[in-house]
Amino acid sequence: MSAVVAEHDDHHDDHDHGPQKGLLRWIITTNHKDIGTLYLLFALAMFFIGGIMALVIRAELFEPGLQFVEPQFFNSMTTMHALVMVFGAVMPAFVGLANWMIPMMIGAPDMALPRMNNMSFWLLVAGVLLLASTLFMEGGAPAAGWTLYPPLVLQTGKALPFAIFSVHLLGISSIMGAINIIATIFNMRAPGMTLMKMPLFVWTWLITAFLLIAVMPVFAGAVTMLLTDRFFETSFFDAAGGGDPVLYQHIFWFFGHPEVYIMILPTFGVASTIIPVFARKPLFGYSSMVYATASIAFLSFIVWAHHMFTVGMPIAGELYFMYATMLIAIPTGVKVFNWTATMWKGSMTFETPMLFAIAFVVLFTMGGFTGLMMSIAPSDFQYHDTYFIVAHFHYVLVPSSVFILMAAGYFWLPKWTGHMYNEKIGQLHFWMSVISVNILFFPQHFLGLAGMPRRIPDYAIQFADWNMVSSIGGFIFGVSQLLFLYIVIDTIRGGTGEKVSDEVWEDAHKHGLEWTLPSPAPYHTFTTPPDVIPTEHQ
Amino acid sequence: MSTPGAYYIPSKATWPVLATAGLVILLAGFANYLNGASIGPTMMIVGFVMFILMLTGWFALQASESESGMYSAQVGISFRMGMMWFIFSEVMFFAVFFGTLWYTRNLSVPWLGGEGIGAATKELLWPSFDAVWPTNGPGHLGGKIVDGKPSGEFESMSAWGLPFLNTLILLSSGVTVTWAHHGLLAQHRGQLIKGLIATVALGFLFVICQAIEYHEAYTEMGLTLGSGIYGSTFFMLTGFHGFHVCVGAIILSVVLFRSSIGHFKPENHFAFEAAAWYWHFVDVVWLGLFIFVYIL
Repeated sequence: MSAVVAEHDDHHDDHDHGPQKGLLRWIITTNHKDIGTLYLLFALAMFFIGGIMALVIRAELFEPGLQFVEPQFFNSMTTMHALVMVFGAVMPAFVGLANWMIPMMIGAPDMALPRMNNMSFWLLVAGVLLLASTLFMEGGAPAAGWTLYPPLVLQTGKALPFAIFSVHLLGISSIMGAINIIATIFNMRAPGMTLMKMPLFVWTWLITAFLLIAVMPVFAGAVTMLLTDRFFETSFFDAAGGGDPVLYQHIFWFFGHPEVYIMILPTFGVASTIIPVFARKPLFGYSSMVYATASIAFLSFIVWAHHMFTVGMPIAGELYFMYATMLIAIPTGVKVFNWTATMWKGSMTFETPMLFAIAFVVLFTMGGFTGLMMSIAPSDFQYHDTYFIVAHFHYVLVPSSVFILMAAGYFWLPKWTGHMYNEKIGQLHFWMSVISVNILFFPQHFLGLAGMPRRIPDYAIQFADWNMVSSIGGFIFGVSQLLFLYIVIDTIRGGTGEKVSDEVWEDAHKHGLEWTLPSPAPYHTFTTPPDVIPTEHQ
Repeated sequence: MSTPGAYYIPSKATWPVLATAGLVILLAGFANYLNGASIGPTMMIVGFVMFILMLTGWFALQASESESGMYSAQVGISFRMGMMWFIFSEVMFFAVFFGTLWYTRNLSVPWLGGEGIGAATKELLWPSFDAVWPTNGPGHLGGKIVDGKPSGEFESMSAWGLPFLNTLILLSSGVTVTWAHHGLLAQHRGQLIKGLIATVALGFLFVICQAIEYHEAYTEMGLTLGSGIYGSTFFMLTGFHGFHVCVGAIILSVVLFRSSIGHFKPENHFAFEAAAWYWHFVDVVWLGLFIFVYIL
């Protein structure tokens, strides 16, 4: 492991330890903190753009009948909302956190491959721009749902090849990011930072990175076959030529199921980082958390067809995928138990990050239980393609992944900026969000169980009341997020003006190396490796 | 100069932005071309040129930094891990197409022929379709052109002509690249260069043989991308593999060029190793293709 770090300009030796001046700094940066910031701000922007698309959907569904948009555009909105939120907001936000925090948590000077790190970010921007450009094309943006199932998706207009190439770019970006994270974690740890001493956030990202490398090429292959089916006469997904549209679904979900864990495993990592700090106790069951994460990742590869119970699989397949899916509840249960046990008899305080983390534990469990309901194949025949599914995955994405991203923002903003956020507005943001998110998504369970299909702009009259409630919740949730935007900007510009200490949160230095650094963290940290403090979980 | 043993962190990166711009212009141009827009080909050429310039510049920079001793052993480990996991991602990319071949041959085509859950499908949709491999499906898609129209008749590619020769070519190229590596380690520059020349030549010979094979398939055998699922899987698998052989051969040419101007030392030759790993990966994929696409 290295003792010192050399700073180099590309062409001449220039021992400049600060950032470049001006806008160019952000374009050619190789610094993990700069790139982390870029990722986080980009994700925040996409969160609002994807959010506006969601509000178009909720506005249209406020009442039965067609009010505001054409059905085709409505379908584009559901598709683009999903793609933007998954690939533009949630995934990049976690990559941003990984960039900022992993080197600081393992005592590394930077990411292992800094130039490639820069390229990962710009490819992400390019991919999302290409995707967004389809909104303005003849035939509209893709409208077949984010799963891009053929044969429906092959009816997309001019947008299809652009959407496919955008998936390729986003895939390359994610793979590069994942390779960088793996190389950093395996090769850049400070002496003494053994694998089983690593913070859980680092562990969950290590495992997530493997998932990314394994499945992003699979998605790339699937959409490549869509491209050749449409433009080069192949018949991968056309039964007339001996292909099978269901094959696409298998390949997609072989990617898609690990993909949803790519969004939830780092969530687990952040929750496991925040809860011990505010419970003032070490994390309960550290090693079981590591093994549970690995088990969930492994299981994610062998359960994909539970997304396709109604497609007409052989009965043996249905049974296998049903039981395999139920197994996931075991390691997930271990995690929920451990978070609860960490809080048990702790001296808890309820600052904003902790509030979001507790809401995550409760509401993620809700989403997990509805998932268990759907794993039962015969029941799933009833739930499939209804709003029950929509309610389920929004519970594991919004009050889970997104809440934890908010928690991470409040938790680390003082470390990043050196300023304290406004706790009162933070708490207001939390309560507004947690109440409205339930008004938004809880009624969708009722709608789904009553038979309302997903991805439709109009619906039968008996679904009117709960849709209206859901839409009201949606608008309150949307507006509440402006508070978060305000807080982020306000904190960057000085926040409460209160000087934050190095450890920011009481006794946080016991929980990780990043709290031993000054606040704000200097541009370069751990250029000489730190002494690894024995963390409490050991 | 870097401090001995330090981890080199460049303070800026100018090539990645150009790489991204080149790539996005190339792909947007390709999409425009597919949509029939006339701007497409121009954009593709501009993007491609930018991308090649970027590759040249970026790799030249890395090579000069490597030769001037800026990379410590620890940096070398990062590079090797990067290459290793990149190859793993490529393995997963090929796995999709091998999986597609397996699924269609063993599941969906037999179902179309009435096996298992497919009894009703056969009865109601294509009662006359018999599931045999190779197939261009119940629609008899593509095939030889008779009287200006596809006839639905095609021949499948035999394993024992050019494909077998290509197997021998790639396997020997695996030997020559290893021989070159031994030359590098033993500081026999001549052996290194000769081994690489042989490897690159065998690589391009493979590509030429495959081009001849494709030409024959299209002009004489009625075997095209449009010949149903057999043609689709055949050309997708061998086509992406052939593309990877080209890329591997170009990488090895660069390594050959660097060897000829005196780069690489027994203890510092990451680029050579990466190229050799990539070449062996391409080799192994071919063995999979030879067995599952050609022989079986």
